[in-house]
This record gives sequence, C-alpha cells and structure tokens, in this order.
Amino acid sequence: MTLPRSATISDTVLTPENEQEAAALVAACAAAARPLAIRGGGTKAAVGRPVNAEATLSTKALTGITLYEPAELVIAARAGTPLAEIERTLAERGQMLPFEPADARALLGSEGEATVGGLAATNLSGPRRIMAGACRDAMIGVRFVNGRGEVVKSGGRVMKNVTGLDLVKLAAGSWGTLGLLTEVTFKVQPKAERLATLVIEGLDDARGVEALNAALGSPFEITGAAHLPAGLGGERARTVLRIEGFSPSVDYRVGELRHLLAPYGPAERIVDAGEARRLWQDVRDVRFLAEPQAHAVWRLSTVPTAGPRVVAAVAGLAEARFFYDWGGGLVWLSVRAEGDCGATMIREALAPHGGHATLWRAPADIRAALQPFQPLAAPLMRLSEGVKRAVDPAGIFEPGRMYAGI
Amino acid sequence: MVLSRARREDAVTTIAFPAPDAAVLGRREAIIAGLARLLPAEAVITSEDERRAFETDALTAYRQVPLAVVLPSTTEEVAAVLRFCHAEGVKVVPRGAGTSLAGGAIPQEDAVVLGIAKMNRVLDIDFVNRTARVQAGITNLAISQAVAHEGFFYAPDPSSQLACTIAGNIAMNSGGAHCLKYGVTTNNLLGVTMVLLDGTVVEIGGAHLDAPGYDMLGLVCGSEGQLGVITEATVRILRQAEGARPALMGFDSVETAGACVAAIIGAGIIPVALEFMDRPAIKVCEAFAHAGYPLDVEALLIIEVEGSEAEIEDALKRIVAIAERFSPKALRVSRSEAESAAIWKGRKSAFGAMGRIADYLCMDGTIPTGQLPHVLKRISEICTGYGLGVANIFHAGDGNLHPLVLYDINKPGELEKAEAAGADILKLCVEVGGCLTGEHGVGIEKRDLMRHQYSEVDLVQQMRIRGVFDPAWLLNPAKVFPLDGRVVQ
Ligand SMILES: Cc1cc2nc3c(=O)[nH]c(=O)nc-3n(C[C@H](O)[C@H](O)[C@H](O)COP(=O)(O)OP(=O)(O)OC[C@H]3O[C@@H](n4cnc5c(N)ncnc54)[C@H](O)[C@@H]3O)c2cc1C
Ligand SMILES: Cc1cc2nc3c(=O)[nH]c(=O)nc-3n(C[C@H](O)[C@H](O)[C@H](O)COP(=O)(O)OP(=O)(O)OC[C@H]3O[C@@H](n4cnc5c(N)ncnc54)[C@H](O)[C@@H]3O)c2cc1C
Repeated sequence: MTLPRSATISDTVLTPENEQEAAALVAACAAAARPLAIRGGGTKAAVGRPVNAEATLSTKALTGITLYEPAELVIAARAGTPLAEIERTLAERGQMLPFEPADARALLGSEGEATVGGLAATNLSGPRRIMAGACRDAMIGVRFVNGRGEVVKSGGRVMKNVTGLDLVKLAAGSWGTLGLLTEVTFKVQPKAERLATLVIEGLDDARGVEALNAALGSPFEITGAAHLPAGLGGERARTVLRIEGFSPSVDYRVGELRHLLAPYGPAERIVDAGEARRLWQDVRDVRFLAEPQAHAVWRLSTVPTAGPRVVAAVAGLAEARFFYDWGGGLVWLSVRAEGDCGATMIREALAPHGGHATLWRAPADIRAALQPFQPLAAPLMRLSEGVKRAVDPAGIFEPGRMYAGI
Repeated sequence: MVLSRARREDAVTTIAFPAPDAAVLGRREAIIAGLARLLPAEAVITSEDERRAFETDALTAYRQVPLAVVLPSTTEEVAAVLRFCHAEGVKVVPRGAGTSLAGGAIPQEDAVVLGIAKMNRVLDIDFVNRTARVQAGITNLAISQAVAHEGFFYAPDPSSQLACTIAGNIAMNSGGAHCLKYGVTTNNLLGVTMVLLDGTVVEIGGAHLDAPGYDMLGLVCGSEGQLGVITEATVRILRQAEGARPALMGFDSVETAGACVAAIIGAGIIPVALEFMDRPAIKVCEAFAHAGYPLDVEALLIIEVEGSEAEIEDALKRIVAIAERFSPKALRVSRSEAESAAIWKGRKSAFGAMGRIADYLCMDGTIPTGQLPHVLKRISEICTGYGLGVANIFHAGDGNLHPLVLYDINKPGELEKAEAAGADILKLCVEVGGCLTGEHGVGIEKRDLMRHQYSEVDLVQQMRIRGVFDPAWLLNPAKVFPLDGRVVQ
C-alpha cells in the first residue's frame, strides 16, 4: 500500500538542475508566497502532518558525490544522491556511514530510493547510534537554500569545527522545514572486520532491557542492543547484542560478555553471519512491524530502563506490538489505527521519564487531526517558531510538516 | 592561566572592543543596587580589586574590567539577574572558569560578568542508563571523578580539564586528545537547562536521545554564551576501557608522519588518540617532562589504543606493522603505566612547558589531514617571515592544529606581529578547505576573521538565528560576529 503524502499537494514538480537554479526557484516562490514541499527520492512516505504545498521541489537532478577522501574519513554529496550510491562507494573502500541508516520502504510500504538530503533532513539513525552517534553527529557540513532563496553554508569538510553557530545540527532532522539542503558532508567510519551477535532467549521485557544495559555499561563496546519480545520474528523473546571489531578483540569481548550476562541465561552466538546481518537489518528497518500496513506505528525515545515501563503502561492499546532498540531507549510500537492511535496515553506514559513519541505511520486524516511530532514546551516552541522565521520568513518550506506554524 | 610570562601594561593590541555605553556606565551605582536586591551580598562583586580578577581569560593580552560581577547559586538567581539586566539594557558576559583561549569570557566595561562557578554540584548519576546530571559550573574533571568509583568517565578531555567548567565546554564545544574516538562535547551532551536573557528558563533535551523538534541542543553547543546562560547539563558517561597504552614514533619528515597517519586510518584503525608534535615542540616538552622523546626527529606521533591487554597488543602490532613501512627513526611501544604516564605528561604539559620559555599565541585551525605537509611548511614560512618562532602540537587524527606562535611580550611590536602571523595561519587553514577554529571557539580572537570563512549571507543567517534568542544583543555581544554589519532585529 502506498500512503499518499498529502491529498492536497499539487502535481507541479520543480526539478532544479543545480544549486543556483534551486535558489532562484525558491526566491520566486518566496516572493509569491507559494508553499513548497521537498522531495528527495520520492519515497512518497508519510511522516508528520500533511503539508499544504502548491508545488514540490525535487532534488532528483541534484546528484553526485562531490568529495570522498577515505584517508580523511569524509564524504560529501549533493542532496539528491541516492543513499545506495553513497553506501556502495564507501563499501568499495571498506567504509560506511557510522549511524546505520535505515531502509524505510518495508515499514512504509513505499518505493523509490532514499537520498542524502532526505536522510539528513530526517536525522534517522539505526542500531549503531548507541556507539557511533546519530546521523546529526556524523553530519559535518551542509549547504542549503533558505527561505529567502539564498545559498547558505555551515560547517565544512573537517572533523572539528566550532566556527560560528552550528547550523548543520539545525538542518539535521528539520524535515525540510528550514530550507532545501543541496549538499551534505558526512564523517565516515571503517567497516568492522568482524561482527558477532549474542542472543539470550526467553527474558521478559524488563529483564531483557536490564541485560542490555548491563552489557552497555561494560567496557566491551556494544554496537547493537535490542530486545525482541516473543512473536516478533521468533517464538521466544530474544535479547540481542552486537559486537564488532578486529577478530581477536571480538572473540575476547564475546567471551567476557557471556560471563557477564550469565545471570540472565546462556548467551548463544549466532553462527551464520548472513543470519546475524539480516537480524540487525530487520531491527534497523523495523521490519517486525511492517505488517499489517494498516496499523499505526509510533517511535518512542526515552531513558533506556524506562522503555519497558512506558510500554507496560500502553500495552493495553488495541493490538499493540512493539520492540526495543538502543538498549531499551528506542521503542517501536504498532497499534490499530483508530482514534488518536494512543497518542494521549503514550505521551502521558512517557512524561514522568522524559522523551518523545513520533507517530511514524498512520493514515493522513489521523495525522492531520493530531500532533505526529511530540508537542514542545512553550519556551521551546517559541524558539522553534523564531528559528523557522529567521530562516524561512515567508514560511514556504513544508509549512506545518512538523508543527502548526513551523 | 599563565600563558604569558610577564604582562606589558602598554601592550598595543589590534582587536577592538565596542565603545562602552556611557549611559550604562553612568548608572553603575543603581545597577549594582538592583543586583544586590536579587542576590546575597557575597554573590555581588563590586570592588575594583575583586573585579580585576575577572578582567581577562586565557587570552591574557586583552583586559577589560567589568561593571560588576555576580556569582549566583541557582537557576532562579541566574534568571533574576538576566531579567534585571534585560530590563535595564545591561550587557551580560557569562563566565565559567575563564580558561578560554579565544577571549570568549573577556568582559566589557559596561557589562556584568555572570560567573556560574558556584554552581558546581553533581545532581544525579544514573550508572545503569549512563548519564550524569550536573550543575553547569562543575569542572570537566570533577564529572569524571564523581563517576570514577564505578569505572566510568566523561569522555571529552580538554587539557584544561582540571579548571574548565562544563558550561564553558558546552559554550565552546570543547574537545580533547581522546575525541578522535569519543567525539567532542556536542556528541556527549544530552540535555541542558538554559536561561534566556529575558529570564525564561528553557529545558532542552534530557536523558534520552535525539530531539523531538529542531536540534536546539546542537545549536546551543558551541554558541559561545550568546544564546543563553547554561545552568545545568545532562551528559553521557561511559565505562572506561580496561586499559590503554600509547606508542611513540618519530619520523625524519613531516610528510612521512602524515602519510603514516593516513595509512593507519586507511587500514580501518581508529586509535583513541593520535597526537603530533614537530621538532621545536618535542624539544621543549622533553626538557620539561623527560618523557624519553627522541630529539633527532622532525615529527613525533603519540598513538594510543584501548582495550584489554590482548586487544591492546593486537592493535599495537597492527599499528607498528604499518608504521614500519614508513621507516620510523624511533619507535617505542609503552610497556608500563609509568612509561605511558611519562609519554602523556610530555604532551599534556606542552602548553605549560612552552609558556616557560616564551610567550605564545595558541592557534586552533582545522585542516583536511591530507594538507598537513603543505600547511606545516607554510606555517613555518609565515612565522619566519615575521621573525617569530613556531611550535606545532596537534590532534593529527582530525586535522585540528595548534601552532604556538612564539613571541616576547617585552619586545615592542612582537605581540602585534604574532597576531598577524596567527591570522595568516588561520586564513591558510580556510584556504586549504579547513576552518578557523576546531575547539577553542571564535571569541574576540577570531571574530574579525569570520569573513574569511563565511560569506555575508552565511553570517547574516547565523546572526538572524542568534537574534531569536537574544534580540537586543546583550549576551556576550562583543564576540564571534564582526562588529560591523551586524543584523539586529
Ligand atoms: C522506520 C523508518 C521509517 C521511515 N519513514 C520515513 C518516512 O515515512 N518518510 C521519509 O521521508 N523518510 C522516512 N524514513 C527515512 C528514510 O529511510 C530516508 O532516510 C529518507 O527520509 C528518505 O529519503 P527521501 O529522499 O526519500 O526523502 P523524502 O521522502 O523525499 O523526504 C523526507 C523528508 O526530508 C525532507 N527532504 C528531502 N530532501 C531534502 C532536501 N534536499 N533538503 C531538505 N529537506 C529534504 C523532505 O522535506 C521530507 O520532510 C524512515 C526511516 C525509518 C528507519
Ligand atoms: C592550558 C589550556 C589548555 C586548553 N586545552 C584545551 C583543549 O585541549 N581542548 C579545548 O577544546 N579547549 C582547551 N582549552 C580552552 C578552554 O579551556 C576551553 O574553551 C573551555 O571549555 C573553557 O571553559 P571555561 O569554564 O574556562 O569557560 P570560560 O573561559 O569562562 O568561557 C568560555 C565561553 O563560554 C561562555 N560561557 C561560560 N559559562 C557559560 C554559561 N553558563 N552559559 C553560557 N555560556 C557560558 C563564555 O561566555 C565564553 O564565551 C585550553 C585552555 C587552556 C588555558
């Protein structure tokens, strides 16, 4: 099933050939107060509030890797460059994007290829985020067209940079509302020589998350820590840990972790490397909750040990299914798409622990009727509105995609 | 911080401060009386002598005695002071420990210094979820010390960590020798409590990951006290590695050392630290620390790896095998704690050791590491051109250079020459694709060089965003943005 991003988007697609052209188009739209949607790979996926745009700005023609220096661990590409091309290019030199970007297509039933710009604008990170940082941590430079049609750059191609305000971070996760990214520079990382996955079976959520955090609090450098309750890809619950590095180091750490985790039960190593990789891909891409497509999906970020407690408070929601990543701090939750999809209950359950919940998948009418992004406290909301105005005074970029008025 | 051996009272310096607001100076007594109504008596410092203690930071060539100094103890007191200054139109310069090398904490005559050093408590430690909540005036090292008994630490480790505060670290997005592996402040910060100039208290982030809306935490980190005053912070704490050991290697050319660094990283090894020193730096550090540094080499690398004993052995074996392809003139793997400590003592005391033999300006540009040989050659030419010496000590893994431009403050004209040489070096960093500052911040020191890195459009965009937080430009206003062409709403 393909969810229409918005029923009201016009068919006009603007496809600038280069940055200057993009800037001129934006300037013209700003002058005419014509709101714009931004599309990267055109995954047509739906996250956030439906946008009332008069035209769509496509980055399809803004492609190409502009810089790759493996010895300096840096890659830069124009915003429309397919993520797959980046990953292929890096793999040829044994490198990767550190934050393990997901392939959202299964979950969202969408097609098309994710792009560098879409990746940066959504700031999504996979299981390795707990060790290697988020997408925003790997982003070291951006070029973007602001709402005045000006080309702005921030950051650059070097690893350390505190020259002026860090607009790179602001661009990360701005969902297109702060302008059109035209080029993004990432810090990259060598791929590990070896990967090992340990599985403990049969733990309940609280015990599973406890085991994950015992491992995360050890010196053994965990690069993936997920808990999959029974029924998600296996008959019994699975608590899974990933260890990566040079072979002797991986073997050593696996041994130590087994010892450390003995109180939780035997930790078995997945022998088949393909099977282990697929498991982490499934966690990354939220495959366990892809079906049924008609159900709504939430993404919750909280304090790791609070994960199971929040889930316990909302488990009564109709047909709730869920799993934990990031040691329990990231909860993916699927519920029947009815009423407010549990929004009130979920956010109330999160409140005492801190964190936020985003409605990741739901029919457009539901998304239009409630707040898919976590509502912000008044002072933060005021600052966010101010930042939006400072970058996009006419409010033409993806108006309302994240919050009303932004 | 003693960075210059002696102070020349009449030192002519080239970076301008805005002219003080005569109206504010004229109301000094009333302003002090207003502050005294908000805070306990001991928290308001007004005497000339005591104010003088706050007249500079680690960029000691510049001094300005502030209107008054306040040392609040709570977020509420900070909010009260800010609300008052906002209403009175008085500038505020936030201050941590005053170790900024960029002049970030240097006051203005018509400004109130708001020091947060009294707010130095640990509020909460959560070892299971690996976070610590602290008041922002706590020192960087005190956080690590507070969690050390459970084998944890706070990762970013500026050489000034004994003195500098987490608030200053956040404001400057500080780094350290070990940030090649662990990242800088922005990568280890989860949340802050920040007070805006109008007294509004804003909670950003928390103990969870990622922002629900815009990444305001990322914006605040590195904003140099211009967006708000940070009063509390939640940071990530990490479990210490089982052990760590450095190797030391010397090469007869800068090029070879640079190529060796590239080969190590190209082989998929990310050491926890990768430090570089050139010949002048080696000489001074060895004389000070007796670390056993080779004295007959042009470039020295300190490469540290972490893990269990077996992991360390394995990683060092790989590194040594790569290094040998570059025919090092010296190669020594530390075999004991004492040896490791000596090797690090030399590096960590480098700035202090250098300060004993000369006055210096510590530059902080970052360059693409491939440009290293070219840049080091040009730095040497630039300094020679001004008749000055230079020593290079820096983080080689990420290209963050710290050329120390050596001068004698007692020789008329030398400081001005050193500043000119420093500016040329930073322009060079930008020219080769790098930036003006990797971890020390812009402050006043690099303020007037910002146009070399950014276009007018870039700067105006930054200033518009700055204005959202502090529309009246009263927070640390002499810093970061060139004084002309400011965009004030
Ligand atoms: C479980 C999961 C679910 C996901 N769901 C979605 C989803 O529903 N929608 C989604 O878009 N991504 C989703 N992603 C992220 C996706 O994998 C990609 O990383 C990326 O968002 C898709 O790229 P795209 O080019 O197709 O973006 P698009 O779908 O074209 O755009 C995504 C967002 O990024 C903005 N954007 C795109 N390009 C630019 C640019 N050059 N400058 C500024 N803003 C830009 C758009 O305005 C929009 O807000 C999901 C990831 C995961 C792990
Ligand atoms: C010997 C020496 C070695 C150093 N080594 C390193 C190093 O290895 N790596 C590195 O990155 N830096 C290093 N520095 C620079 C300096 O220590 C850092 O910039 C440090 O973070 C400054 O902290 P501070 O508490 O001293 O802040 P201050 O110098 O007092 O202030 C720095 C900036 O922070 C702002 N600020 C202070 N408190 C607040 C607050 N509560 N809210 C908002 N803004 C605030 C100030 O206005 C100012 O702009 C070194 C300095 C010295 C003297």
